[in-house]
Amino acid sequence: MNPPTDGRRQSPSWYESAARDRARLLLDAGTFAEFLGPEAREMSPHLGIFDLPRQFDDGIVVGRGKLAGTPVFVAAQEGRFMGGAFGEVHGAKLVGLLRAARDASRDGGTMPVLILFDTGGVRLQEANVGELAIGEVMRAVIEARRAGAKVIGLVGGRAGCYGGGGLIAGTCSALAVSEHGRIAVSGPEVIETNRGVEEFDSKDRSLVWRTMGGKHRRLLGGAELFVDDTIDAFRAAAIALIERAPAFDLAMLKAEQARLAERLKRFGSCADGLDVWKQAGVDDPAKVPGMPADEFIALAQHIGEGRHDAR
Amino acid sequence: METLSYRHTAARRAAGARPMAIVGVVASGNLEVLVERVLPGSDCQVEISTPVTGFAKVWEAVITDFVERRSPGGLRLSINDGGARADTVSLRLAQAVRLIEEDGR
Repeated sequence: MNPPTDGRRQSPSWYESAARDRARLLLDAGTFAEFLGPEAREMSPHLGIFDLPRQFDDGIVVGRGKLAGTPVFVAAQEGRFMGGAFGEVHGAKLVGLLRAARDASRDGGTMPVLILFDTGGVRLQEANVGELAIGEVMRAVIEARRAGAKVIGLVGGRAGCYGGGGLIAGTCSALAVSEHGRIAVSGPEVIETNRGVEEFDSKDRSLVWRTMGGKHRRLLGGAELFVDDTIDAFRAAAIALIERAPAFDLAMLKAEQARLAERLKRFGSCADGLDVWKQAGVDDPAKVPGMPADEFIALAQHIGEGRHDAR
Repeated sequence: METLSYRHTAARRAAGARPMAIVGVVASGNLEVLVERVLPGSDCQVEISTPVTGFAKVWEAVITDFVERRSPGGLRLSINDGGARADTVSLRLAQAVRLIEEDGR
């Protein structure tokens, strides 16, 4: 990494940082306290059956701290351990955190939750318990939101946010994504395997990014904010989204339904991301993939979206 | 899965007061090292869990070298290995001791 030339501290890359560092550096300095840390050795009871190595934290860091002085819960997935996949313990740690946020919010104070997604989805070795973990997390997100907690998803890691992780992201109050972040349910290789290379060529990186990448999600309205790949940028986005994410009520759900219906009407006949961007009002869609973050953020602000105050 | 355990007496106690530190990640060619300040005097223990069997002699040589170089007295180091090479293991062990010897949290 080149040293900063203008005297400012260079914020570390979100993509390159480990899960525990993302959680710690995202929050106010010295405020992060981990629950069930690695020393608790709360590991997968299933991986040993397959003679696979376990990790002391089962690939997820959960805890609490302060963000701009406000108490928050935080969960960070480690995308380098088994693709950040959800196993039984991994999922249970996130469910516990969300239930704590629900209870804290029910008792009067609101306790936002930041989920730092970095996952390929269910850990297939854990089969049904992994699938159940996804369902339990989705329910826990909704219960926390019903109790008044804002649940903010941050996506910019190596593994992206795929499979059940993509489903959970869809239940969050708001999302911020970087260029590296990809959000989808079926990943590129899964689509290619099931539908053939003519349907989706997973080796075509450009196709992958203009179908699932951060810029596309932002222009499509699937993510509220697009951010540069730094911890400071994600921190600013988290603060902004906690502030502006809508309450979870009938009016919001109706607005969301209307927004999705309008999106389908506008983009339903598009065959490619480029068509969507053109339709969304981007003059020169071919320029979008190579656009630097600040230029793209200005473009996205100009284009709008998310204006219905709904996910 | 092979589990190995080595106990040594280091030359002196590790510096600092942090109770615990962790470095690395369980991924291909990598490993995580959890270090805890839980042993009396200059005792040192290293516990290894690895899916790659038959390398006990290499582990023993790497751990012996580590104890001589870093003098990790009072520390228990627990390793989840993802098939790391000996040089990566040495690096992570050194990082773990350096981290737990740092001031503050």
